[in-house]
Amino acid sequence: MSPTRRDFLKTGLATATSLGFLDGASSAMAAVQAPTLAPPSADPLAIEVASAALDAARRAGASYADARVGRYRRQIVTTRERQVVNVGDDESFGLGVRVLVDGSWGFASSSEVTRAGAQQAALEAVVLAKAARAVRRHRVELAPVTAVRGTWITPVRKDPIEISIEEKIALLLKANEAALKVKGVQFVSSGVQALREIKTLLTSDGTNVTQTFIRVGPAFSATAVGNGDFQSFSEALPPRGEGWDYVESLDLPGNAERWASMAVEKLAAKSVEAGTYDLILEPSNLWLTIHESIGHATELDRAIGEEANYAGTSFVAPPEKTIGTLKYGPPLMNIQADRTQPGSLSRVAWDDEGVPAEQWLLVERGIFKDYQTTREQAARIQKLTGVARSHGCSFADSWQNVQFQRMPNVSLLPGEQDVSLAEIIAATDRGIVIKHDGSWSIDHQRYNFQFSGQAFYEVRGGKIVGMLRDVAYQSDTPYFWNAMDMIGGKSSYWMGGAFNDGKGEPTQINSVSHGCVPARFRNVRILNTARAS
Amino acid sequence: MSATLLSAEEARALADRVLTLSTADATRVTIVSSKSGNTRFADASISTSGQLANTSVTVAVTIGRRRASATTNALDDASLKRTVDLALRLARLAPEDPELMPELGPQRYTSVPAFVARSADLDPEARATAVRRAVDAANAAGRQAGQIFSAGFLEAEASAIAVANSTGLFAYHRATSVDFSVTARTPDATGSGWASAGSRDWNTVDAAAVGRIAAQKAVASRSPTAIEPGPYTAVLEPQAVTDLVPLLAPALNARTADEGRSPFSKPGGGTRIGEKVMDERITLYSDPGDPMLLGQPFDNEGLPLRRVVWIEKGVLENLSYSRFWAQKQGKEATGNALAGGLAMTGGTKTTEELIAGCARGILVTHFFYIRSLEPRTVLQTGLTRDGTFLIENGKITKALKNFRWNESPLLMLNRLEEIGRPELTTAGRLMPAVRVSRFDFSSLSDAV
Repeated sequence: MSPTRRDFLKTGLATATSLGFLDGASSAMAAVQAPTLAPPSADPLAIEVASAALDAARRAGASYADARVGRYRRQIVTTRERQVVNVGDDESFGLGVRVLVDGSWGFASSSEVTRAGAQQAALEAVVLAKAARAVRRHRVELAPVTAVRGTWITPVRKDPIEISIEEKIALLLKANEAALKVKGVQFVSSGVQALREIKTLLTSDGTNVTQTFIRVGPAFSATAVGNGDFQSFSEALPPRGEGWDYVESLDLPGNAERWASMAVEKLAAKSVEAGTYDLILEPSNLWLTIHESIGHATELDRAIGEEANYAGTSFVAPPEKTIGTLKYGPPLMNIQADRTQPGSLSRVAWDDEGVPAEQWLLVERGIFKDYQTTREQAARIQKLTGVARSHGCSFADSWQNVQFQRMPNVSLLPGEQDVSLAEIIAATDRGIVIKHDGSWSIDHQRYNFQFSGQAFYEVRGGKIVGMLRDVAYQSDTPYFWNAMDMIGGKSSYWMGGAFNDGKGEPTQINSVSHGCVPARFRNVRILNTARAS
Repeated sequence: MSATLLSAEEARALADRVLTLSTADATRVTIVSSKSGNTRFADASISTSGQLANTSVTVAVTIGRRRASATTNALDDASLKRTVDLALRLARLAPEDPELMPELGPQRYTSVPAFVARSADLDPEARATAVRRAVDAANAAGRQAGQIFSAGFLEAEASAIAVANSTGLFAYHRATSVDFSVTARTPDATGSGWASAGSRDWNTVDAAAVGRIAAQKAVASRSPTAIEPGPYTAVLEPQAVTDLVPLLAPALNARTADEGRSPFSKPGGGTRIGEKVMDERITLYSDPGDPMLLGQPFDNEGLPLRRVVWIEKGVLENLSYSRFWAQKQGKEATGNALAGGLAMTGGTKTTEELIAGCARGILVTHFFYIRSLEPRTVLQTGLTRDGTFLIENGKITKALKNFRWNESPLLMLNRLEEIGRPELTTAGRLMPAVRVSRFDFSSLSDAV
């Protein structure tokens, strides 16, 4: 019952249509605003040193090599109350060379971006690959890829790195001032991170691409103190692959008072009674549950044990017993992976192996269909999926580190009916609504998880009757997703995300977005996290 | 690892180049020079191996009461000037910092011998040989269960850090660390075991022993039994204690306590210094000069770090004071004292003796995915992993399914039954096994 490649492509096309509204929204905005920035051309120095690395690797015996030259710029501003805590600007420039010798990998990096530095790194990588042959049961085989040349930039109107620090600080302090007007609010923190990464990739297959990635991540949190207690509220301000225009659109100064008052409201909230409830998760909470219980569970490196010593393996394994048969959830559940969605964090034109970005279904009508793959991994499940190529999930977080399989955007597609959050609440007799993400933890095979949130509301007879606190939900991934019985429609779609997803040894971070709609889960265990000391 | 670290002289020369470029009222330069080599393996095959080297320079400038910093890893004159100019520009834009402290003048530091050349020089062949030994030992120890799946990571790192400023301070320290860990899984996918060794000195790492212990735990943990979740006596191996106890660090911050946001806040104001906060057998300290810890002897401002006893025989003795908060409260600054390592002492027994003294309880190898639930009680959630066993009448009797737990290291150390002798679990961490009562194992996990 394995799907054929033709079936798979049909599915992919159908999905593209279903998400078309996102692209439509984006282009409608483009019509009335300034044009997006043009991609800068490749730095001739980067091309020269990367070429030198490939030549050196080939001469030293590599059957395949790739060289990445990266220039990373990260700016961070953090504030508390009426002062600036930190203003920092970090620039990092270097190159990484990966080689394949007799079916074993070696990788070396250097901050010396010269022909000599590149050649030295290539030779060191070959020494590493040769040493690795001593402990080997499998030879690395790479899936085919068509060589590509080009440049690309995240579509933005205002590069956040070019916005003055003065403007950033003024925005944050204005937001803090508004929050401090709320009676009971004693502590406020806010911040913004801006990133710009320029990456040139050359491979011995002939690929030569330069991409500029732009990302921003604002943050806001307020703490209220009263009655010998304190409560904090962090607003959901997801990082995005967008420009400063995105930060402006969030209107931090205009909304801060309302966000801060949530911390005060929490002081008076009723402590939850532990038990079993129907759970209604807003997208600002559900995105992280998707990340942990679906995103990580469908990584092929975890399923085949390559991550066993660190992040763990997966219950979605082995591939031959799960692809096309594992019932992840109900038929209304469709989970899409992609590296193409506008505004998303893992959007690229090509991955770190030169594979073009695409979108595909991980779960279709509740049934598990496919994993996230790189060139090295695709062949391992080709007979099961009918897909010979990589899905383009190779990524390294800097020039210093080797690329490996990282999560693309993984999203819950909207339901066919345009159901709203209010309609889900109205249809629920006894439940809890959870807003925004809080604490999160999940086991190393992605079964048992426990998540919290920022604000919790009790639902009785189809109505919100009050605010709760000390709430966490604990469940088991297969049970949880199969307990989902209502989801929102496309009007309720929202995209969360994170800058800091860690995996691998040495640990690398990945930026990834997750789009989703509100959803209801029946009979979920709720804990009370408060404890007397 | 062919690249070399900056020597003290080279670091001083680089810092002087940067300081000369700055027109700020005060300037601080932090230089981090590092190199590392790593080998990762899975399914008894090296999957990736890499080496990296980098030197970064962070320039923090002060103009009046305004401050900002900029970092670069490009060390040519033009790049350094651009970075200094950027920091100056950012500082002029920043608002005045009411908590700004002046740069420190010249200081005296203890020399801490944390650098071991054989760790810094560990090459790819030596790492591959160590991996081979661990894989072979795992296969031999796990033979009864069939072909053991082993995966692991070996990393050797060397780093040098220098802090210099325009008021004459210069601090330099270099250190190495080596960490090797192995996860072994049985072919029936019902057993998983883990072991590790970490140190500043490669000579103390027994690769074969790490592989053997991981495989023995994997075999012993096959076909685990589910028992009802709930409070049980727990014997936590030193690595499990290393996973939990350092999470007390945010609570040890004096400002958080003074501001009423910590378990060490006194109701009505002030801190709980001088009060008993955990079992009287426990002492918790940081000390860069301790020969077992070999921590960094200064913090990021160049403040010398000394021995700080946080908990002395169960009594809260000290909290961590930044220079600003110390001045405000009339205390002596500790700086970021936790950079000097963390040790928990008070017992002499082995893990085996802690097990032997347990009538009924659960043995935990290590923890996974720990997240804070409640800062007021330091309550955390997380899971057990890679070897969870039932203890009955002083003996391990069966493998157990893993648990999620909700527990606080602070509350747990108030329920201490027994504390073992401290062991070096990784560079800068000296932790014992403990036996505690009523550890809250809250739900079952199917994860192997």
